[in-house]
Amino acid sequence: MISGKVWKFGDNINTDLMLPGPLLFGTEAEQKRAVFSANRPGWVDQVQAGDIIVGGLNYGMGSSRPAARSLRNLGIAALFAESINGLFLRNAVNFGLLALECPGIYAAFDEGQTAELSLEDFTVRNCSTGVLLKAQRVPGVLLDMMLHGGLYPHLEQQGFIEPRAAGS
Amino acid sequence: MAGMTIVEKILARNSGEEHVKPGDFVVVDVDVAVMLDMSFLATERHNILKVHDPDKIAVVFDHMVPAADKRSAEAHAYGRDFVRRFGIRRFHDVGPEQGISHAVVADRAYALPGTLLVCSDSHTCASGAFNCAARGVGAPDLLAAITTGKTWFRVGETIRYDLSGGLRLGVSAKDVFLHLAGTWGHHTNQNVEFGGPALPELGIDARRTLAAMGAELSAEFATFEPDDRLIDYVRERNPAHFEPQYPDADVNYAERREVKLDDIRPLVALPDAVIRNSVAVSEVAGVPIQQAFIGSCANGTLEDLAEAARVVKGRKVAPGVRFLVTPATQAVFNAALRWGYVATLMEAGAVVTPATCGACFGGHMGVLGPGETCITASTRNFKGRMGDPSARIYMASPATVAASAIAGRIAAAAEITGDAD
Repeated sequence: MISGKVWKFGDNINTDLMLPGPLLFGTEAEQKRAVFSANRPGWVDQVQAGDIIVGGLNYGMGSSRPAARSLRNLGIAALFAESINGLFLRNAVNFGLLALECPGIYAAFDEGQTAELSLEDFTVRNCSTGVLLKAQRVPGVLLDMMLHGGLYPHLEQQGFIEPRAAGS
Repeated sequence: MAGMTIVEKILARNSGEEHVKPGDFVVVDVDVAVMLDMSFLATERHNILKVHDPDKIAVVFDHMVPAADKRSAEAHAYGRDFVRRFGIRRFHDVGPEQGISHAVVADRAYALPGTLLVCSDSHTCASGAFNCAARGVGAPDLLAAITTGKTWFRVGETIRYDLSGGLRLGVSAKDVFLHLAGTWGHHTNQNVEFGGPALPELGIDARRTLAAMGAELSAEFATFEPDDRLIDYVRERNPAHFEPQYPDADVNYAERREVKLDDIRPLVALPDAVIRNSVAVSEVAGVPIQQAFIGSCANGTLEDLAEAARVVKGRKVAPGVRFLVTPATQAVFNAALRWGYVATLMEAGAVVTPATCGACFGGHMGVLGPGETCITASTRNFKGRMGDPSARIYMASPATVAASAIAGRIAAAAEITGDAD
């Protein structure tokens, strides 16, 4: 069971809002400080590890930049949206961010309420209202990477790339 | 069993399956994997110990060329070493073969019809113009493709666009995109397939613009049907064998939409988004601008430069406006020189830069300052995309951007050239 406090963002939230261009050359620590700096300044000081993002339609449209990694580094426990851009979803898999499409999610939550996900049956419950929704399943191999650190560990284990030193 | 779309056929071929359909999860062989200078940034790169096949890799430095700072210079040096270490033959460094990766892929026909190409840049779908299943992936996906030769896809449903009629003078593929994004909005999880009776009249450059902007529809793959014009284009540039893919006659599209090109007029996307955000030029005409930009993988083609030159010929850029033009490759730059477009643009007052992603992603060569207004013929107008988040970015065609540079405010090309609208 994964549960956390909900932050709401609307439709068409793009990658540049989560990872602004000038930060492409920054460190992961610098990048996570810039999440939503253009549309919601100060949010990174309010969000806490274990919180959940609820988005609208077409979440994560835009660039291939590792925006999902910044959300993971902020400790976001899960991201639910009405629909998720395919490239952003790939990067959620790549960098180990749990991101699921869940029709009806945007209207079902107010900001600050608590969401609870069961990975056994992919239900999302609003703990404040009791409303129950069904998230869309993703192939097991993708879910496994979302939950367990993404793609790089696999490439390291297979000897294709060298493990990076921690913090580098 | 229903027939397959172009992309479904390519995904079936590359996964060894007889048939794939929407909802399937496939693991596919990658025919070409394109790496960028951004792949070698010290903060992002991983030491690659082995590659699957160096002849299936192309390395194109494009985001920060020539090196714009110490970090990109270091990444370039590391990338050159990588190219040497693994014997990669298709390498585009700073120099005469420099350019934006998707445009280099087009110039050299690296994306063969009926094949599959990935690159860690969202506008990789630009190569869909070549009847190629081309898709932007994440940097880790790209590493997997390079080292294992494979990647994965979820097969989406497909929206088919049938283009009919012809574009009016001063209307271009960018306006067609603004029409699609404005009318139908986002295409999340959907593939887009282009074809129809207008295809033979639509130049390869125009197809590239439309395919590149598939990313801005939030589409998965954006792919064109092949025709003789395309096949001739590829054969002139790449001797390799290829098998173009056509959609089956009995294919089930999620929806089929006709786009009458004659009906499309010049459009502008208002700042911060393109999804359902397009208006007629007349609705925003008169908005003062400080910068006008033409470039990127979507609008740095020879056809785009020709159109800009047509509009500004014999005229002067308005005082207080920076008019920046970035050809998509040095080969395009060279062709534009030979055709006289560069002279025309420079005589008007444009600054023509070397080929780079540059200003399009706010990297260098035209970054916007606080409170500035820009009209751009490039890929994106997201808030903060080209520099300061308080800057306002309108998106339009090269003709509209060129006209606005002359007027000093957003203006229609027909108003500047005197052509009938």
